Formats: sequence, C-alpha cells, structure tokens
Amino acid sequence: MTPSDRGRSLFRFAAPQVFYPLAGRLAPWFAALAAVLTLAGLWLGFFVAPTDATQGEVYRVIFIHVPAAWMSMFIYLIMAFWAAVGLVMNTRLSFIMSQALAPTGAMFCFVALWTGALWGKPTWGAYWVWDARLTSQLLLLFLYLGFIALTRAIEDPRRADRAGAIIALVGAVNVPIIYFSVQWWNTLHQGASVSLTKAPSMATTMLAGMLVMALAAWAYTIAVVLWRVRPMILERERHTEWVGALLDQESTERGGRA
Amino acid sequence: MLSTFLAVLRRDLLLAWRGRADVLVTLAFFIIVVCLFPFGVGAEPNLLRAIAPGVLWVAALLACLLSLHRLFAQDHVDGTLEQLLLSSESAVLWVGAKVLAFWLSTGLPVVAVAPALALLLDLEQGGLPVLVLSLTLGTPTLALLGAVGAALTLGLRGGGMLLALLVLPLFVPVLIFGAGAVEAELSGTGAAAHLLLLGGGLAGALALAPWACAAALRISTE
Repeated sequence: MTPSDRGRSLFRFAAPQVFYPLAGRLAPWFAALAAVLTLAGLWLGFFVAPTDATQGEVYRVIFIHVPAAWMSMFIYLIMAFWAAVGLVMNTRLSFIMSQALAPTGAMFCFVALWTGALWGKPTWGAYWVWDARLTSQLLLLFLYLGFIALTRAIEDPRRADRAGAIIALVGAVNVPIIYFSVQWWNTLHQGASVSLTKAPSMATTMLAGMLVMALAAWAYTIAVVLWRVRPMILERERHTEWVGALLDQESTERGGRA
Repeated sequence: MLSTFLAVLRRDLLLAWRGRADVLVTLAFFIIVVCLFPFGVGAEPNLLRAIAPGVLWVAALLACLLSLHRLFAQDHVDGTLEQLLLSSESAVLWVGAKVLAFWLSTGLPVVAVAPALALLLDLEQGGLPVLVLSLTLGTPTLALLGAVGAALTLGLRGGGMLLALLVLPLFVPVLIFGAGAVEAELSGTGAAAHLLLLGGGLAGALALAPWACAAALRISTE
C-alpha cells in the first residue's frame, strides 16, 4: 500500500501511529461535551422535571441509573465487537480498544447497581432483591471483572489480547442466555411483586433529561477511552521509531520550558 | 478421524485410572460440601428438603470447577499439548475427546453419587430420576464451558481463582435449569421444559465450546 492510498482510506486510523495523535486531539472535545451534557442533563433532571406522582423525589436517581445501565450493556457489546475485529483482522489497536473499554463498562455496571440499591431501599424496602434485571446486571459485572482480571494476569501482551478477546466473545454469546435464564428463574420463583417494566407514562422533560444524560455517558466513555488508549499505545509500541521520536520531542519541549 | 478421538479418549481415561486418587478426592470434596450445609443452615428436615436440589447442584458445580485445572495442566507441563497442537489432526477432535474423558472420570462419579447424597438431605424419592437426568445433561455442559476457561488460564499465576471468576458467571444458566428441573418435578409442573433447555444448552456447548477451546489452547501455548 502506498502512502497516498493509506492517506485516503479510513483504515489508516487502525495504525496506532496515526490514531495516537488523533485520540489526543479528540479526547478534550468529548470531555468538554460530556461535561456540558452532564450539567444540562442534571439540571433538567433535578430542577425542571416534575416530581413523580407515586415515587416522589426519589425517582430522580433514574437520571444517573438508567444511562449507566444502558451504557454498561452497550460497552460490553462494543468490547466484544472490537475483540472480534481484532481476532479476525489481527489489528493491534482493536485489542487495545477492547481493553480500554472494560474498566469504564465495569464502572457503569457498578454505578447502575449502586444507584439501584439506593433507589430500592425507599421504594421496595430493600437494597437488593433477586430480580431478573438486577441479577443479570450483577453477572455482567462479574463478566467484566473476569475479562479485566484475565487480561491483567497474562504478561505477554499478544497472549493477553487474544485470550481476552476469546473470553469477551464467549461472554457476549452467553449474555442473552444468562439474561433469559435469570428472567425465567425469577418468574418461576416469585410472582411479579416488584415490576420495573410497569413504569407510568413519562413526562417529556423526564425523558429528555434521561436522554441527555445518556448522551453525556456516551461522550464521557469516548473521552475516557481515548485517553486510556494513548498510554497503552505508547507502552505497546515503545520499541518503534515513531514513539522514540515522539518521546524525544516531548522531552526537548519540556526541557525548553524548564 | 474416529481412531484419533478414541486414542486420546483411551489415553486420558487410562491416565485418570492410574491416578485414581485425584478422582476420589473430587468425589470426597463433593460429598463433604453437601454435608457442610446441614451444619450451616441447621438440621431442620423441611428446610433441607427445600434446598436439597440447589445444594447438590452447587456442590456438583464446585467439584467440576476445582477439578478443571487438571484437564490440560499435566499435558501442558510435559509437552504433550504442544505435540497434539502440532499434529495434523483436527484440534477440535482431540479437545472433544479430552473433555469427554474428563467428564467420564469426574462428572460421571458425581452424578452416580448424587442420589445417595440426596437421601441425606431427605429429597423426595420422586425427584431422584430427574436429579440424575439433569446432572447427566448439565455437568457435560459445565465441563465444556470450563474447558475454555481452563485453556485460557493455562499456566498463569493464580490460575485457579481466575478460572473461577471466568467460568462461574457462565455456569449460572446451567445451575438455574438444573436445580430448577428437580424443583419443577417436585412441585408438579413437570421437568420437561427444564430438561429440554439443559439438553439444548449441551448441544450448543458441544457445537461451539471445542472450537473456542482449541483456539484458546493455541493462544496459550504459542
């Protein structure tokens, strides 16, 4: 492939060398977007949206809870997607992406469980019930932790990449099975004493607040992942010429300033 | 093709037979874990009867988990695994043979002992055939899923705990339908749906897990 071909194709961003500066340029923009959207979303949720008729003020936790729960599931899919791309196309950056996504996914999973517990205590009278959704969310957290633990436990990065990719894909195949089995187990055991699906029709400001917060969660995830990818790229590519040149340049800049 | 399968199966079963102590330790672990529950929750017969299917299933699952590391570890240490991977035979084939030998040497004894232990917990006699059937369908699925985890964690430090973290979430559906089958049978709704789902799970795992396991072994040994 000639340099001009590489310049035109979108695939050129698969090269760590090209992606590294791009990630550095994009990350602050997404971080700023996330901050603005979070402020707007929280303002909509906490001050504009009306008080819920049945649940009172406590329902306002959904502006954090629901976007976090959505995000935790999306991130697992994206993670599995990059893992599959990495295994098929053998691109190093794909593996780095999937590993950079995992901690954020686990964090959102935990936030969803934690805010859910805080909501559950005043509403259901218990921090935790073995509801289908709660249980599958907990198992998703375990899947994230397993992925992170496996990729961290293997020292050889090439093996860590591939082993992590396989467990991410096995997990992705199992997520729907786990979800439906847990749902069935729950309905077999107890009737619908607690229903999350029977939500009263939502005021438009409530929905708007939630969607804005969901977009904020997206922007935050993109920003954090881009930031996390950069040092991972440097670590993996430290033997290459371009990283050496980059580090030399940075050290001379810092020396010039000092 | 079949001869390769049979040769690996025969070799692994022979090794398991020569090292009978390991198999017996797994079995003893299964029995002891089940016997711990009455000490923990109290010897109230009604309570024990109610939790019996779940206890037996969790104990069987843990026994399977704790013996999983034996599946490839020995062959990895003495280099047999590399030789098998280098051979021209399909890796899926001998992985399947190894998992089958593993199940025959650890899963089958657990299935055989389970009805006797069910009597200790005073499980109703009507549930025993379903218990045996659900374990017969479920434990091979556990072995197949666990084999992928065992292959991925081959030779890692702290591999045992890591293996548990990796595979236990994947075991949950099998546990739900396995223990659920016995409870459904005893409550009169019939265990057919649960057993069919367990069989479906086994068919799915049989179709996918050996491939994932073979790929994982290649990654772990390269």
